[in-house]
Amino acid sequence: MTIGMAVFVAVCQTLHYRTGREVYARMTQFWGKLMLISFAVGVVTGIVQEFQFGMNWSNYSRYVGDIFGAPLAMEGLAAFFLESTFIGLWLFGRGKLSPRIHLASIWALAGGTMLSAYFILAANSWMQHPVGYKLNAGSGRAEMTSILDVLTNSTALYAFGHTILGALATAGMLMLAVCAWHLLRRNEIDVFGRSANILLGGVTVAALGTMVIGHFNGQLMERQQPMKMAAAEALFNTSKPAAFSLFAVSHVEHNPKHLNVNIKIPHTLSLMATNSFNGKVEGINDINREYQRKYGPGEYAPIVAVTYWTFRFMVGSGTIMLLLAAFGFWRARSGRLLDSRLLLRLLIPAAALPFIANSTGWLFTEMGRQPWAVMGLLRTDDANSPIVSSAQIVVTLVGYTLLYGVLGAIGGRLFVREAKHGPRTDVPPADAERPDLVLAY
Amino acid sequence: MNPTTLQVIWFLLISILWLGYFVLEGFDFGVGMLLRHVARTNPEKRAVMHTIGPVWDGNEVWLLVAGGATFAAFPELYATLFSGFYLALFLILAALIARGVAFEFWGKDDDPRWRATWEWALTIGSALPALLWGVAWANIIRGVPVDAQGEFNGTLLSLLNPYGLLGGVVTLSLFAAHGASFLSLRTTGVIEERSRAAARALAPMAAAAVVAFAAWTIVRQGDHGGVQAVSAVLVVLAALCGAGAALRAGVRPGVAFGLSALTILLLFCGIFADLYPNALVSTGPGPSLTLRAASSTNYTLTVMTVVAVVFVPIVLAYQAWTYWVFRARLGAEDFGEIHSPIDLLARHTGGGREADADEPAPTAPGAS
Repeated sequence: MTIGMAVFVAVCQTLHYRTGREVYARMTQFWGKLMLISFAVGVVTGIVQEFQFGMNWSNYSRYVGDIFGAPLAMEGLAAFFLESTFIGLWLFGRGKLSPRIHLASIWALAGGTMLSAYFILAANSWMQHPVGYKLNAGSGRAEMTSILDVLTNSTALYAFGHTILGALATAGMLMLAVCAWHLLRRNEIDVFGRSANILLGGVTVAALGTMVIGHFNGQLMERQQPMKMAAAEALFNTSKPAAFSLFAVSHVEHNPKHLNVNIKIPHTLSLMATNSFNGKVEGINDINREYQRKYGPGEYAPIVAVTYWTFRFMVGSGTIMLLLAAFGFWRARSGRLLDSRLLLRLLIPAAALPFIANSTGWLFTEMGRQPWAVMGLLRTDDANSPIVSSAQIVVTLVGYTLLYGVLGAIGGRLFVREAKHGPRTDVPPADAERPDLVLAY
Repeated sequence: MNPTTLQVIWFLLISILWLGYFVLEGFDFGVGMLLRHVARTNPEKRAVMHTIGPVWDGNEVWLLVAGGATFAAFPELYATLFSGFYLALFLILAALIARGVAFEFWGKDDDPRWRATWEWALTIGSALPALLWGVAWANIIRGVPVDAQGEFNGTLLSLLNPYGLLGGVVTLSLFAAHGASFLSLRTTGVIEERSRAAARALAPMAAAAVVAFAAWTIVRQGDHGGVQAVSAVLVVLAALCGAGAALRAGVRPGVAFGLSALTILLLFCGIFADLYPNALVSTGPGPSLTLRAASSTNYTLTVMTVVAVVFVPIVLAYQAWTYWVFRARLGAEDFGEIHSPIDLLARHTGGGREADADEPAPTAPGAS
């Protein structure tokens, strides 16, 4: 969300820098204010992320720290410093910095958020698909052999494209909801109409791109994590050709013998996963048998009901977003956006869609990896901190949940209030006395 | 077994990250703690927040990177320390989170209760980490219970021993005094006066705490295999700088600020020198964790060295530049409450009206 908003604010400010028109200054100020609220809540979570591996996953940290720590440290050095320094410069620097440098700082901020996403995804992708390492029998640890392999992991590159475009679409949908709310009321048509035009085009392209990359991501997953793919499809037995299931109901118990209701489209899954109409897609039970031979006895399937449904919610939300944005883009192109009241009304609740897609997407990719913390190397059961008692975990889990819940609720409320408030009627020129007060606390 | 050159480099680099964190975030912790004391009206509070507004977030990243670098370079230390100091770290993180959003949320509503809430979040969110970091580091050099598997086997309470608590008092008072000197440099008018008074009161306390901590540290070293000369010299120098800062506090804020920064630097250099060549001292039953045992492979350290050589200078350059951009002093008069664009226009044309509805602060001595 912050990534996408930062990019959009940077775009607005660039337009203002190029054209000098006041409407773009007001767009920058308004969306900038909203971005800061999301940034405030987002930035404080970075600390937890940097510390949690040692706190909760100390065995994991011992075992793979040689590899996994590097992208995290790089994220700090290259991205967090950039974000946090330039947000300050941008926020308080209006009028103190030349317009060119002030514009550069919002782009530095946007670039920082993307870099940060890249490094953390490289780390996460290594867990999905470990590369560039060897196991040291002496120390019993995984050791890095090639940082380039880790940073150019195919999984990471696909995940990065998928996530960044998804982030742009997410922020875009949220901002479109704000635009729609104001346009329905005929407020500030200049500011919100212009914003909506840019955003509708942006979201259409981003959502489409997310899906295209997601499709290739799926094919990669079929090769790297066939179990995740099979679990996404609730495909228990290897099939050739494999059908794509649209809707399935079964007993929630693990590994059911049959699915009670299963609406399928024949051949589609084969086509999606392997590019061939009759391609073979491996099933959960077969992969389980194969893994038991390879890794010893155990259950190697994730909770299928979770993966199946999260995958469908992700794809479904994404599809609806794309349709809405594409339709809106077409209406806006023909200058009829303001009269499309139904579309505008739909766009407001549609702000929930990207959040559903995001959350279910992450749930899917992380749950789908289970029981592994690192695919094929380390099980989640063995990754935790042996000395941290469950009481401590409960205390901190409740603590963080309350903290994030309260802050999220307050942040959300402020966001809505600021959003309804609309842009300022005037944005003082950058050479005014204390122009930084436009944005700062 | 002595650590390899690369391990020494990374020990130094991570030490530098911690030093940067404590010197920089030290004063913004101090400013956060003193907010309600040195600023009484909303414009005053806004001025105080603006002194650290542009930089506190960048200062905090020093901590994130110190954590990330510890993970990359010394994963065993990272795992033992972070899982061992679990609840203490949780408290620190919760405080930093509350503090971080307080900056952004504070100005979003005029309701006095709302503002008071976030001011307290900022005050406590600054004081608690300032205290706990000292407790944590004093314990790291004093030694904590580590078992034969290299796992910490104490509790939060085992950190609250007298030496650890003194360490906490040192960082708490030192950061508060450091923040007061910083405010004396960056503000004008009544805020500056109050900040100078706060610095005069706090710097001697900080100096006394540093002197006591230095003495205890040297005695403790003597009891455990002899005084470590380098570390002892550094903590004594820190105590001297602390005393110097106490003498100049409120008189020459620039000098006092420089000296309190130096006190923090020297004190933590002394702590790191005491620690070397260990990464974490054990009081038993297991052995101390040496840098060598805690470290990543040579390959990883080499990669990280290249990354650090490229990025650290760049980061230092743009952070230093930020401080240069925001060097102007601030006062309450810069921050009359703006309720409407009319106020803003009035300001531009010089006909400012008193838009601030707060009670003026009592100026009689002792009235507080």
